[in-house]
Amino acid sequence: MIDVTEEIISSSLRIATPLALAALGELVTEKSGVLNLGVEGIMYGSAFVGIATAAQTGSLTAGLIAALVSGALAGLIFAFTTVTLGVNQHVAGLGMTLLMISLCNTANRIMFTADGGQVRVDPWQPLNFGGPIFSQYLLTYATFLVAVPFVWWLLWKSGLGLKIRAVGENPEAADVAGIGVAKTRYTAIIIGSLFMALAGAFITLAFVGTFTVNIINGRGWVALALVIFGRWTIGRLLIGAALFSLVNAGQLQLRLLPSFADVPFEILLALPFLAVIVGLAISGRNVPYPGAYLKPYKRL
Amino acid sequence: MKARFVLRASTPWWRGPLLIAAAALLTILISAIMIRWAGGAPIPAVRYMFISPLQSRFGFTESLLSATPLVFTGAAVAIAFRAGYWNIGAEGQLLAGTIGATWVGLHAESLPRIVGVTLILLAGMLFGALWALTPALLRTRLGIDEVVTTLLLNPVALLIITGLLNGPWRNSESGFPDSDVIADSTKLWIIWPNTRVHFGLALGIVIIGLCWWFVGKMSGGLKLRAVGLAPNAARIAGLPVERTLLTTALVSGGIAGLGGASEIAGVAHQLTTGISNNFGYTGVIVATLAALSFIGALLVALMFGVITVGSFSASRALEIPSQIGQLVQAVLLITVVSALVIQKYRIVWTTKKSEGRK
Amino acid sequence: MNSVEGVAIASRGGAPSIFLRNITKAFGETIALSDVSLDLRAGEVHALLGENGAGKTTLMKILYGLSQPDSGQIEADGVVLKIESPRDARAAGIGMVTQHFSLVKNMTVIENIALASAKTFAIDLAKVRAEIVAASARFGLDVPPDAVIASLPIALQQRVEILKALMSGCSYLILDEPTAVLGPNDIDSLLEVIRRLRSDAGIGIVLISHKMAEIEKVADRVSVLRRGQVVSSSLANGITSKELVTLMVGEQQSGAEQRQRSASPSQSPILVLESVGVSREAGGLSDISFTVRPGEILGIAGVSGNGQTELVNVLSGTTQIDSGTITVEGHQLGSNTPQSLMRAGVGILGEDRHASAVHALQVVENLILDCVEKFAGKFQLRRKEMLNHCESAITQFEIKANPKQAFGTLSGGNMQKVLLARLFSRKPKVAIISQPTRGLDVMATNYVRSLIAQASKQGTAVVLVSEDLDEILELADRVAVMYRGSVVGIVDHTAASRESIGELMAGIAK
Repeated sequence: MIDVTEEIISSSLRIATPLALAALGELVTEKSGVLNLGVEGIMYGSAFVGIATAAQTGSLTAGLIAALVSGALAGLIFAFTTVTLGVNQHVAGLGMTLLMISLCNTANRIMFTADGGQVRVDPWQPLNFGGPIFSQYLLTYATFLVAVPFVWWLLWKSGLGLKIRAVGENPEAADVAGIGVAKTRYTAIIIGSLFMALAGAFITLAFVGTFTVNIINGRGWVALALVIFGRWTIGRLLIGAALFSLVNAGQLQLRLLPSFADVPFEILLALPFLAVIVGLAISGRNVPYPGAYLKPYKRL
Repeated sequence: MKARFVLRASTPWWRGPLLIAAAALLTILISAIMIRWAGGAPIPAVRYMFISPLQSRFGFTESLLSATPLVFTGAAVAIAFRAGYWNIGAEGQLLAGTIGATWVGLHAESLPRIVGVTLILLAGMLFGALWALTPALLRTRLGIDEVVTTLLLNPVALLIITGLLNGPWRNSESGFPDSDVIADSTKLWIIWPNTRVHFGLALGIVIIGLCWWFVGKMSGGLKLRAVGLAPNAARIAGLPVERTLLTTALVSGGIAGLGGASEIAGVAHQLTTGISNNFGYTGVIVATLAALSFIGALLVALMFGVITVGSFSASRALEIPSQIGQLVQAVLLITVVSALVIQKYRIVWTTKKSEGRK
Repeated sequence: MNSVEGVAIASRGGAPSIFLRNITKAFGETIALSDVSLDLRAGEVHALLGENGAGKTTLMKILYGLSQPDSGQIEADGVVLKIESPRDARAAGIGMVTQHFSLVKNMTVIENIALASAKTFAIDLAKVRAEIVAASARFGLDVPPDAVIASLPIALQQRVEILKALMSGCSYLILDEPTAVLGPNDIDSLLEVIRRLRSDAGIGIVLISHKMAEIEKVADRVSVLRRGQVVSSSLANGITSKELVTLMVGEQQSGAEQRQRSASPSQSPILVLESVGVSREAGGLSDISFTVRPGEILGIAGVSGNGQTELVNVLSGTTQIDSGTITVEGHQLGSNTPQSLMRAGVGILGEDRHASAVHALQVVENLILDCVEKFAGKFQLRRKEMLNHCESAITQFEIKANPKQAFGTLSGGNMQKVLLARLFSRKPKVAIISQPTRGLDVMATNYVRSLIAQASKQGTAVVLVSEDLDEILELADRVAVMYRGSVVGIVDHTAASRESIGELMAGIAK
């Protein structure tokens, strides 16, 4: 029983890593008043670019860097369309997701699967500090020990965070205070995209070591939900990520039970998504959206 | 140098078409680069993709066939967006529709065809609407953002299909994760002899017409538009905003589900995990490029049908990835939407040091 | 027209140090400013006077970099300034307190002030706090540094705004209608602050206003804008209030016909509110009780932000009540939804005409939006009847519009007329009318007021919510005054005066 519990906690942490990273990225972005529905696509893009680069160069580090660059580029394009042009954020974000997915599928076909193969690398191995719970990937440790405090500091303690929150709540006021609204939103979107890219890279470079079509499979949408569930605070966001991951790890264990042998495992895979929706139904009411959420800002 | 976008006082009529043409050219250029990278020759490939489907009867009718599901999802997304309901779950709703349709198709042996077809279409519509019900209720009762909930239900629908196909609906002959073929009595009629163009296309066009008529001409449509354009003003005028949103969401889901049934009963005749080639998401592109007009959605869907067929024939002839078809559609979305915004602005270049003003 | 250059008189301030020269600005086809020139001097209060829409705010937004002129330039000591953003303006020593405060509501005072100088990395909030305390003492502007803005009363929020501008080191301060949101007491202390900043700190102040009393009290120099042009600029003691009003309005105000007021209303009340309350989250109203009789106009007065908006939301059904009852014609409403109120015969003209209509829809569509079913045919809307209905409304209400024109392209006055036409064609028993003349020109204002008077004459009970006390005194039979979410007094028109109402508005008298 203890083993099972430890196993569940251990795999929860693993499952939670990309979700927490992507949700942190989305949080930074949304705090500036911009909804980035490109999160799914940016994760997809970095997952592919990361492993493709790693496979070509033989270096996982190079793969990680390339993934971050792809995330920043995608963020830049998204920022240009939504901040500079003021395109509807739902459309621009979804467009970015579809663009990244189709681009990567095309590239994957050209580079790896044309002759029926598949890209593979030797992924990062967990660092074992004793027991399953403390046997995690470096990126998992980094997420919870570095990225989480960093985003907390960034948003609530740093000057940039003050600016990000101000342009997200009241861009007119921020503008009058001499803050470049566009510049701040670009910065927030790109920082957010870098976190999303980390999340995508983690999946291919650490978690699975290969790339298959539909590899992100809605994790980006879960990250979006976690931000709302978390009411734009880091603590609650992490609680949400933990709950999702526990349900997910739990269903992995359920599959091993004889009484669940006849239930197709895909049905169990759907459980975590439904758990998120239930979570939203319970705590997603009257949530404090950033004041300028979805609103482009333009001076007359 | 620094660029500044300044709103134009008035936009000359030619700027819109010019910029859209530029967006299309940019899209073709980007696809040409990808084709070149794949080792194909760009010019023949572009001709295969955009022109050759229109030059043969087979290409044309196959394009119509490919366009059919997009007509449904385009209409579903357009009517929801017109009401200001951000239904991004047409993908899941279409998949739910395929589940309902397959269920009827597997259990409706020996019915008169008119009954079988009616049942299979109704089942698709009902399942699609049901799939849209939860997010719609959460939105109208509790105020929970429908974008996230509709998105989250998309992978769930696909997982359920995969589960069904690996479990109870596994093919009884081959053992592959595809369902058995549906009963003949539930298959849609072919409306263009010796091709695969089926009744679903006609139904889709009828749906487009009904949507156009309802939104443009009927009282409910005026309410829907008012709710979508200015919900608070509609509320002040005494319009039932929540009820309008709920109804529209269900209609939108129903139309997407009908699209799923049309795929099952019209062409696939069995459920597979690949039954939807991203039709729901592409529906968002279709509706957006059509500026949420229904007739426009029909035209864009037809154009996308051509691109889909074209990219497959280019893929066969030149050995380039057929995925390029979806890439073209996504790029087209971003470039055209940007072009539509840019046409309203003029770009002023300023250098930091410039003294005088114009 | 007196041009600024023509006025060369000694004044309290020094030589002009900021010149706005020949500023022109158009929004689409509307010309907001046409060849406007103005000068500002240190240590002087320069009042900028004009009706709503005369261009005062636009001019100051240009000076503060929030808007770019189409032509013209700004000079300081003979050097052309390039002001493309508020940052540039502040670098040139210009600060501004906008009408809608530029404060981030759910941040603290410290965070808001830190914003202006925020660096990218660590910020030292303790240092900012110390600076705030020091500046508060220096300028005599007390603020609680750790409070969240949303929790502060309006007058204090304004003080934070002024302090924020001063702490950015400005030597010119633009105040855009600073007294519009204040009660009489707070107005006095603000005027005191203005005097002190001018005399002690030598700050040049631009005071945008259309209230004569304030201008008489503090202004050294007065410029009048009318329809985007400077029609007068002179020393304050060289011009009388009456002359200023004439300059501002352009014509002698045709003493609007005094409404006949029924001395003793005999009929029983048609609208009765009893102890109506609304939760804090929904705006916070408590214990609101009043009655309105057919043909009566009940004015709702109050300094803005004391619950008037929330009261209108309650009566339009967009905010649900938590306690108390609403009774229309003797029938108590189960719940106050928009539909139940409309069915009971309550009609509404919202305070924001832009929010009350759908800009992208046609005039005719907006006109029938509250009775769509009436024009619903079996298969489609009966557009012919809709258009006929619209044509007759256009004639009856003197609307300058084409039925098929998009509502958003109408002028403010015509928008208001369309909405009034929508309201009155329902023949409501009770009409809730909020801020009917805000931002309208004199002609449109008079017309709208006569429509309201006419409706009451025909037996409609009217609840008139207005920030314009003169409007209420001109039209209302009785005046209910709101203060902090409650009705603090109801005064008959015979007893109502600026003074008596003013005390209630300030929460002094009971």
